[in-house]
Amino acid sequence: MITNEHVTKVYKMGEVDLTVIKDLNLSIGHGEFVAIVGPSGSGKSTVLNLLGCLDKPTEGKIVIDETDVTQLDTTALANFRGENIGFIFQSFNLIPVLSVYENIEYPLIMIQNLPQEERHERIMKLLDDVDMLDQKDKFPDQLSGGQRQRVAIARALVTNPKIVFADEPTANLDTKTSNQIITLMRNIQQEFNTTFIFATHDEKIVTEADRIITIVDGVITDDKRIAS
Amino acid sequence: MKNIIKISFRNLLRSGRRTVLTSSLITIGVMFVLVYAALSGSFKAYMVGQITDSMLGHIQIHKKGYVASIDNLPLDKNLNKKQIEKITGILDANPYIESYTFRLKLGAMFSNYVSSTSVRLNGIDPKRETQTLPLFSSRIDGSDASSLQEGSILVPELLAKGMDIKKDGTIVLVATNQKGSVNGLNFKVAGTVETVSGPGGRDGYIHINDVKKLLRFKELEVSEVVIRLKDVSHLQKAMKMMKPLTLFKNQKDKPMFEVHTWEQLSPFYNIVKMLNIMDISIKIILISIVLISILNVMVMSVYERIKEIGTIAAMGTTPSTITKLFLTEGLMLGIFGTIIGSILSYAVVFIINMIGITFSFGRQSGLTLNPVLNINEVLIVSVIVIIISLIASISPARKAAKLNPVDALRQN
Repeated sequence: MITNEHVTKVYKMGEVDLTVIKDLNLSIGHGEFVAIVGPSGSGKSTVLNLLGCLDKPTEGKIVIDETDVTQLDTTALANFRGENIGFIFQSFNLIPVLSVYENIEYPLIMIQNLPQEERHERIMKLLDDVDMLDQKDKFPDQLSGGQRQRVAIARALVTNPKIVFADEPTANLDTKTSNQIITLMRNIQQEFNTTFIFATHDEKIVTEADRIITIVDGVITDDKRIAS
Repeated sequence: MKNIIKISFRNLLRSGRRTVLTSSLITIGVMFVLVYAALSGSFKAYMVGQITDSMLGHIQIHKKGYVASIDNLPLDKNLNKKQIEKITGILDANPYIESYTFRLKLGAMFSNYVSSTSVRLNGIDPKRETQTLPLFSSRIDGSDASSLQEGSILVPELLAKGMDIKKDGTIVLVATNQKGSVNGLNFKVAGTVETVSGPGGRDGYIHINDVKKLLRFKELEVSEVVIRLKDVSHLQKAMKMMKPLTLFKNQKDKPMFEVHTWEQLSPFYNIVKMLNIMDISIKIILISIVLISILNVMVMSVYERIKEIGTIAAMGTTPSTITKLFLTEGLMLGIFGTIIGSILSYAVVFIINMIGITFSFGRQSGLTLNPVLNINEVLIVSVIVIIISLIASISPARKAAKLNPVDALRQN
């Protein structure tokens, strides 16, 4: 459960203050599949960064499951992200020196510090879920874009996060691969009851979403739920 | 930690060529320092050994004021019987001392009946002299030093050549004692004695009893006491135990004796000091090489990996883990360079010893250097390089840790 109260984000551009998000009030429940849409520069990514605890609002409060994340310092925020949040990026952002298996293992070792057996079990299950078991020893530069995004999805989910944020996850993929990836995320969302929040232009994601939030110039102009 | 090392190591492999270049820079630096230290250490040890073992000994005791006027070999600053007894009492109780010997030195006229010149004579006890100065015998040509008989002389090589003096020839020595009485005696030439580096070009040797006769002393007097230590590295400890000697006062309430180490007596010690300073300078150069190369590489690897840093930060890697990742990377560069450098240094030193590099010093030639890599030296250099690698990585690592994930992810 995420609640935002009167969240405003102002960037300083030299002398000028640029208000990117104005008085945002938003509440997203568990297991929602939410698409945030809007024209380029409307503030979609900023909203995603704020909700994803990567950035702090200039004003207002963001509460995720009773934790006021605006009160946390850098290290506490990093730990909070490591425990509760997963990210999927437009350009996949896998760690090039680690194999597929090691990329998925990374957050379990470096952030959550889980024992070996539990790690192995979780990774193998997720590799199976994203259909990448036979590629587990390859390195990112040996994979196609779609395969990389599958690994990135597995990496985002391996920590059992409550919320997964995906910023344009299909923008670098062809239509067929995009559709596979969206279906994959939808299936996982239903299996784990994970909240998925997208910033996207992709029509397919928008049609799959339970809820579509439109942002224009830092203000929510439309927020509609689609009955499934 | 194992995983931090794994990731850092793979990141070093990823930019393999750069890693090899930087490590080899450190390797070459470490190698130069170690090989230089081994060579200069061998040179120092050789020269110090030559000087102390063939001429100076490790410590010398004189009557106060003798060393200041040592060039005229004053006879009025000799130690008398009572003073010698005081000294031997203290020396015999000192556990660091291996042996000691007495010398009675004087300036005399040296003549082969055709021409004459001045000579510095050392009256020695041959047995004790060879015991205290193990290399003394090696300087002598034509005779066994320990069996130097009364009535015979070891002529300095320079004089022997210049005046065409042959073994078993006869020469005459003329000397004046402190009362002004002149005396001359005939001596048989037992052999010649080579000079060592430093003073001593005109030093001849006769038996100490002959000096007594030549100068018409009633009882034995001694100009200097030469001491050999069991281990020269205990020089300062041995000196401490000599302290009581400096407390003896004469009738004027001035100190009676003076005690000098070889370092104070030999001008070569200044060369040793200079070599030590060069040792330090070359180490400072090494430190700069390591500092600059690692700093440069680490700054570059932070810049080219900004997006990656943003990714792991977004996933929840704490700033301190990110710092550790980059510190480990820099540290590993330093460690690789040091290990390879040390191994190569051992190889180079081995090769130098196999080839055998010879050098000349003063009038001596054909001295062979046998450099030895001191394990302490290797450890000191390694520790310095590794600490400097760590220091050089601190600033880039902190920069990486401080990156804001949002800004970092925006980079391409």
